[in-house]
Amino acid sequence: MRVGVVTFPGSLDDADAQRAARIAGHVVVPLWHGEHDLRGVDAVVLPGGFSYGDYLRCGAISRFSPVMTEVVEAAGRGLPVLGICNGFQILCESHLLPGALIRNDHQKFVCRDQRLRIENAATAWTSAYDEGQEVTIVLKNGEGGYVADDETLDRLEGEGRVVARYLDLNPNGSLRDIAGITNERGNVVGLMPHPEHAVEDLTGAGTDGLGFFTSLAGLVSLTAAIS
Amino acid sequence: MPKPEILDPQGKAVLGALPRLGFSGVTEVRQGKRFELEVAGEVTDEVLAQVREMAETLLSNPVIENYAVRVLDPAEESA
Repeated sequence: MRVGVVTFPGSLDDADAQRAARIAGHVVVPLWHGEHDLRGVDAVVLPGGFSYGDYLRCGAISRFSPVMTEVVEAAGRGLPVLGICNGFQILCESHLLPGALIRNDHQKFVCRDQRLRIENAATAWTSAYDEGQEVTIVLKNGEGGYVADDETLDRLEGEGRVVARYLDLNPNGSLRDIAGITNERGNVVGLMPHPEHAVEDLTGAGTDGLGFFTSLAGLVSLTAAIS
Repeated sequence: MPKPEILDPQGKAVLGALPRLGFSGVTEVRQGKRFELEVAGEVTDEVLAQVREMAETLLSNPVIENYAVRVLDPAEESA
């Protein structure tokens, strides 16, 4: 598949996201925040970092960048979109996902190998996992506390839209230990941990993150099987 | 301002710092943001409506924040 990775001013992990998509067997297409063009990609990754310097609120200004107009529109048509960390914040600010991410409850930046449980293995980005599978993926954030009102949280839980949950400890004060969520359709996923940093044995805690990128291939065969 | 039900870690940190400086009696601190906008011409209802739209769409995130719009008189402000 052709996977587009958006670079915003202040993106940090766009190169790693590109690398991860490439390792998963995809063709990588760099996308630029200032262009109204998705270059015909089959999926989009919004990478981690500090887009627009995190000014105003994390993701608040990126939401109004030209490329995001296209991402929001395409996501509505079912294009798979994965937002990692700052990308997750952008997805929430864009209202593609409910809730918001606020400063970690303990006020400190956190960087650790985080154990997670994959709660929903039916999204475009998690089909390579088994439901309930426990994985270790590096987490690094300063504003990763997921919050939403109780009604929204209940709806997310009830509809199986919690994609991943923190195990062992809650690293940032996220309500109900939520590490990632998806939209109703399952094509848009926001995730606070960084699977793109967990795709090679050479660095990090293993390759548990690769599944987020190989899941897309499963999507192709699924689409092919349907058509 | 962060909504009352939203945890405000920054406010909590400030609250924790006050007694260390010898200030007592403060039971709660919430930290928010203040934007000062200067507009050309009179602040009409139409202008105010636009400012509220700015507050709603960009300046605040209504999921986690409340906002209030006030008109300031520059003469009073500088006094």
